[in-house]
Amino acid sequence: APDPAITELQDWQVYLGDGVDAAPYGMPSKHESHVVRRTVEWLTADNVSSINFTPLHELDGIITPNGVCFERHHGGAAEIDPAEHRLMINGLVDKELVFTMEDLMRFPRENHVYFLECAANTGMEWAGAQLNGCQFTHGMIHNVMYTGIPLKLLLAEAGLKTNAKWILPEGADASAMTRSIPIEKALDDCLVAFKMNGEALRTEQGYPVRLVVPGWEGNMWVKWLRRIEVGDEPWHHREETSKYTDLLEDGTARRFTWEMDAKSVITNPSPQAPLTHGPGYTVLTGVAWSGRGTIPRVDVTLDGGKNWHQARMSGPSLNKSMHRFYFEFEWDGKPLLLQSRAHDSTGYVQPTKNQLREWRGENSIYHNNGIQTWYVNEKGEAENVEIS
Amino acid sequence: MHAGMAFEGGTSRPALFVGAAWAESHESPMIGELEGITFDLGREALPEEVAAWNIDIRPDGQGLPVGSGDVWTGEEVYIENCAMCHGDFGEAVGRWPVLAGGWDTLTHEDPVKTPGSYWPYLSTVWDYVHRAMPYGQAQSLTDDEVYAITAYLLYLNNLVDDDFELSNENFTEVRLPNEDGFFMDDREEGEIPAFSEEPCMENCKDSVEITMRATILDVTPEEEEAEVTEAAAETSDEPATEEAAAEEAPAEEGATEMAAVDPALVEEGEGVFRKCRACHQVGEGAVNRTGPHLNGVLGRTIGGLDDFRYSGVFEEAKAAGEVWGPENLGAYLADPRGAMPGTKMSFAGLRSEDEIAVMIAYLSTFEAQ
Repeated sequence: APDPAITELQDWQVYLGDGVDAAPYGMPSKHESHVVRRTVEWLTADNVSSINFTPLHELDGIITPNGVCFERHHGGAAEIDPAEHRLMINGLVDKELVFTMEDLMRFPRENHVYFLECAANTGMEWAGAQLNGCQFTHGMIHNVMYTGIPLKLLLAEAGLKTNAKWILPEGADASAMTRSIPIEKALDDCLVAFKMNGEALRTEQGYPVRLVVPGWEGNMWVKWLRRIEVGDEPWHHREETSKYTDLLEDGTARRFTWEMDAKSVITNPSPQAPLTHGPGYTVLTGVAWSGRGTIPRVDVTLDGGKNWHQARMSGPSLNKSMHRFYFEFEWDGKPLLLQSRAHDSTGYVQPTKNQLREWRGENSIYHNNGIQTWYVNEKGEAENVEIS
Repeated sequence: MHAGMAFEGGTSRPALFVGAAWAESHESPMIGELEGITFDLGREALPEEVAAWNIDIRPDGQGLPVGSGDVWTGEEVYIENCAMCHGDFGEAVGRWPVLAGGWDTLTHEDPVKTPGSYWPYLSTVWDYVHRAMPYGQAQSLTDDEVYAITAYLLYLNNLVDDDFELSNENFTEVRLPNEDGFFMDDREEGEIPAFSEEPCMENCKDSVEITMRATILDVTPEEEEAEVTEAAAETSDEPATEEAAAEEAPAEEGATEMAAVDPALVEEGEGVFRKCRACHQVGEGAVNRTGPHLNGVLGRTIGGLDDFRYSGVFEEAKAAGEVWGPENLGAYLADPRGAMPGTKMSFAGLRSEDEIAVMIAYLSTFEAQ
C-alpha cells in the first residue's frame, strides 16, 4: 500500500511553521525530548550532592551538546553572578593576585576539545553487570571544545616561587571543592575555561569559570573556580583521600591516580538503543578515549571475543578527546555478544573486566575501564552482561 | 578614516609569540614559552582577602587556626548539626556517609571507609567539616566547634578517651590508623606494561558463556513515559500516534491546574516528591528523618512537631503561631532560604509554579496520623 507519509498532505506541508525568534535560545525538536540526562536515585543520599548521566546512545560524532553533558555536584550547582566572581592566586607566588572576569577576558586564550570523565564512570560495574544502558554504565563523560586561558599564563602573572610544587584549585560553591594538582600538570596543558562549545559554560558546568585538566579524572576539573593556592606539598583533602583513592584487594589503596586509562563503549546497539529493524545491514557505533593521547584504533567483536575486527574511525583524532568509531555489518538475526576494545597512541590496549580485577579486586570504585559486553538477542534487544 | 586624519591608535605590539613547534603539529597550537612576559592584569590581593578565602588545612598542620574543642562539647555540636544525616554515633542515616567504625573492613566485600578505618590524615576531617559542613550551611561553624566535632569523631572511632581536648597545639600528634595504607599510583610499573601487548584478533577462544546479566539485578531506573510512548510508536504502523499522545498530555495538565486534589496532580506531585524523599517521609508509618515527616503538614503549626529539632527560624514562626497553608508553603518550596532565612533544609527550591502546585496537591492527601 502507498505510504500515507507520502500520499497524504502533512500539517507541516500546509501550515506555516514558527517564525524566527519563537525560541530566542533554541531547543531541540520536541520529538527529541527523550534525549536527556538521567540520574540513578539509589546511588546517592540526595539529588544535590549527586550525579546524572550523558545519553551516549542518542549522540553521534564526538562533541557532546552542552545541555546533556552529565552533571556532578557536591553542594549543588552554584548560581554565580559573574560581576561578583573573583579568581585569586595565593601562596608561593611573588605577587598574590585577584582577577575579575573582565581581567580574565584580556588574557590570551586557546581552544581545545577534551573529554571529561568522572573517575567513578562504570564504577557500579566492578562486581559485575549491574545497570542496563550505556547511559548508566558509561555516561559520566562528556566531550566539548573549551575556550580558556592556559593556566601557566595566570601562574606566570603571579610569579611562581622556586619551591612551588603543587596547586590547590578551589570552587566557589557550597562544597568549596578542592584538589591537589602537581605543578608540572598545571604548567603543561591545564586551562582556566569560560566557554564550552562556543557558549558560556552552563551553570552546572561551573559558570562563569572552571579548571580544565586534560586526560585526568573529572573530579579535579574544579568548577566555579575562585582560587588557586600554590604550595610545596599536596593537601590530602577529602576528595583525594576518603574519595578518589582506589582500594585494592589487600586493603591498601592507590592515591593520586589522576590519568584516565584508555576506554571505549559501543553506544549503538545497546540496552537503551536496541536493533529494531530485523536482520540486514546495520550500523554499529561507539566512542573511545584515552587520558594519555589519541585513539588510533578500536577493535570490535560480534561473537564475544572469538574474532575481532578493526572498526572504522571517523572524525578528528584529537589528543585527550573522544573518538568515534563505526563498524557496519550484515546482521543475520542471530544473537550477538558485542564488545569494543580501544588502543591508545601509547600502545595501551583496553583490558577485559577480569584482567582489571586481577590487578585491583572489586572494591576500587574508580577507574573501571574494562571492556563492556552487550548481549543482543534474536529480537534485537540488548542487555548488559559479562561473559567467560 | 577621513583623508588627512592622524591615526593615533597607540602602539600595536603583539603581546606574545607562539612556540615554533606548533607549525609542524596537526593539533591546535599551544601558546609557547612566555618566560618574562606578563600582562599586568589583575591586582594584588589584600591580606584580609587572602585570609578570608585561604581556609585550607594540610596534614602538617599548616593553615590550622588557634583554637580547641573537647569531646563533650563536640557531642553537643555534632548532635545539633551533623546527626540528622550522619546518625548520633556516626552510623549514618540513609546513604549519607558513615563516620565511625568500619575497622578491619577494607578487605571485605563492602568496605566501610571512615576516618577511623580509612582516612589517612586528621587534617582532612578538620578541613572538610570547616569548608563544607553542615551540608547546606557551609562555613557556619566556629573554629572551636570544628575542633570539638573533630574530637568527637576521634572519640566515636575509639581513637581518644572522652576527656580528650583537641587544639592546634596537639593536632599533629594525633595520627589516624590507616595513614600508611596508601601508596602512589603505580599503574605505570605493572598494569600499563601488562595491558600494552598486541591482542589476539582471530580464533581467540573456543567457547563463550554469559556469566552475569544486569536484568537479573533489575536496578536500572525505569524509562519515563515519553520514551515508552515512543518505543510503542516505533513498533506500530501508525507514526501519528506518538505525536498525538505527546500533545494530549500538556493540554490535560493545563486544564486541571488549579483543581484542589486532582488525582493527576497528586500523581505528578508524587513524582516531584522524589526530590524530597531522601530527607522527608509521608504516608503510613512516616517518621522524622533528616527532615520532619510531612503527614498533615498543611494546617500544621510551623515548627509544630515536638519530636523534631527545627532551625531557629521555625521556632520563631511557631512562637508567632504561624500555620502552614498553600501560600506560605508554596513560597518556602520556591525559595527555602529566602522564605525562611537560616533554615537547615539544604534543598535549593522547586523551579516552577507547576511543580509547587502538584507538590502541595500531593502533600494535601496525607493527613496527620
